[in-house]
Amino acid sequence: MTYWQDIWDRWQFLWDDRGDGVTYWQWMFSAWGYTVSVAAVSLVIALAIGCLVGTLRTVSQHRVVSSLATGWVELFRNIPVLVQLFLWFFVISEIVPGMRGVPSFVLACCALGFFTSARIAEQVRAGILALPRGQRQAALAMGFTQFQAYRYVILPQTFRIIIPPLTSEAMNIVKNSSVAFAVSIPELISFAMQTQEETSRGIEVYLAATILYVITALAISWFMSILEKRARVPGLSSQGQGAH
Amino acid sequence: MRKVLIAATIAFAAMGAAAQADGTLDKIKSSGIITQGVRESSGLAYTLGNGVYTGYHYDVCQNIIADIKKKLGVEKLDIRYQPVTSQNRVPLVQNGTVDLECGSTTNNKARGRDVDFATTVYIEEIKIAVKANSNIGKLEDLNGKTIATTTGTTSVQTLRKNKRGKDLKFNEVFGKDHADSFLLLQSGRADAFVMDASILAANIARAQNPKEYKILPEVLAVEPIAIMIRKNDPEFKKAVDESIAAQIKAGTIAKLYDKWFMQPIPPNNVTLNMPASDATKEAWANPNDKPTEDYKQPGE
Repeated sequence: MTYWQDIWDRWQFLWDDRGDGVTYWQWMFSAWGYTVSVAAVSLVIALAIGCLVGTLRTVSQHRVVSSLATGWVELFRNIPVLVQLFLWFFVISEIVPGMRGVPSFVLACCALGFFTSARIAEQVRAGILALPRGQRQAALAMGFTQFQAYRYVILPQTFRIIIPPLTSEAMNIVKNSSVAFAVSIPELISFAMQTQEETSRGIEVYLAATILYVITALAISWFMSILEKRARVPGLSSQGQGAH
Repeated sequence: MRKVLIAATIAFAAMGAAAQADGTLDKIKSSGIITQGVRESSGLAYTLGNGVYTGYHYDVCQNIIADIKKKLGVEKLDIRYQPVTSQNRVPLVQNGTVDLECGSTTNNKARGRDVDFATTVYIEEIKIAVKANSNIGKLEDLNGKTIATTTGTTSVQTLRKNKRGKDLKFNEVFGKDHADSFLLLQSGRADAFVMDASILAANIARAQNPKEYKILPEVLAVEPIAIMIRKNDPEFKKAVDESIAAQIKAGTIAKLYDKWFMQPIPPNNVTLNMPASDATKEAWANPNDKPTEDYKQPGE
């Protein structure tokens, strides 16, 4: 048997039936689907809450609002994501009435989304603080309300600045979604752990999972770089600063 | 962490290609060292912390090593302990890092392509644990219920086959480890926990109130658990098998079984209270190294 024949044979398990009519490669792609879905839903939650909380942290007139936002960030940033996931799954869903029947997919997305929202909030805040103070003052002097100043002057620039760190966050959320296997979501890591046990093809299985993670992360990176180019405003000085 | 594991596994596999083809016995004799693969936490081998390992298979291996030392006629034989996981145990045996893997590895044909197995001294039975006050008495009663099992175990496969074969409909939830799966049963998120009987017994014994749980008598599958050695090393396999045969004959195996499954065991002195199954007794009566596929499964 040649070397390449041997390697080819070691991958044959992908076409095997796992025992209920589903082959391993079908299972792998369904698992990849779960990984992408968990990451995507979590990212939507994280972006929505992160932008809101990050913005509120910079509202200096309302101390209560900004300290609540700060509390949110510190709470979700300082607890490991796996612990948060278990808190949602075993504690919150036990003590909050009506939470019992919530699917683990939703709980995992909440846990991962809230965890990442704290990180995104920090980036949004940093982006806002990176803008010259004169921007806000000028907007207010022009007669904009506080809300309008954020909506039309500050946030459009902030989001352009923070695209590079947001790219990292989006890639992180894909990788962090691997903790979802702990609450019984059939994503890539749970596929890998189970399949390597059933087929004894650990190296191939983890290699395949690694490749799928890399593909997903690269796709995000590619998408975000296009977004960054599209969103660029020529001559806007803060663009250069943001890339640092 | 998982990424590191993968990298390590790949690296070990690459080293495997360079491993020397000399017999394990020669290597042990010339180096004066034998490496025993141990597990951090598994039914048949586990750690007590501080690099101290113990368990049923651990003890069997200690006896094997003593016999090998006698056979080789060496004065001094150092035993090195290499912790292994279910992910890296096969590559570590293949590349010669581990000479004798004494954990809880199922002997099956897929693994048989990469490694050899010693004579079986323990047959695991896959069983169902439920709350003692539930009215579940057999697998069929679980129709429409939720069943917990642990990711990365053969029980997942067993359930899958039963689901298809008996046309049952049940939800599956997967704990990331056995403690997690047991928590699913304990918290009521699952109605049953399907797993190796020894693991069920251990988890119940360590529960706050062991009387709240029971293990159903129905056996879903049987699996020979065996000590793993490098493939195509007949001399070493012979030495290991001879030692096991002698241990069975002398009654040592039965005594060790009693010590680990019927008496209080460390670290918290609980008793598993799990008499040797007929399948295990049969394995002692007719020593063999057959893989799972050669066993008659219940319901077949």
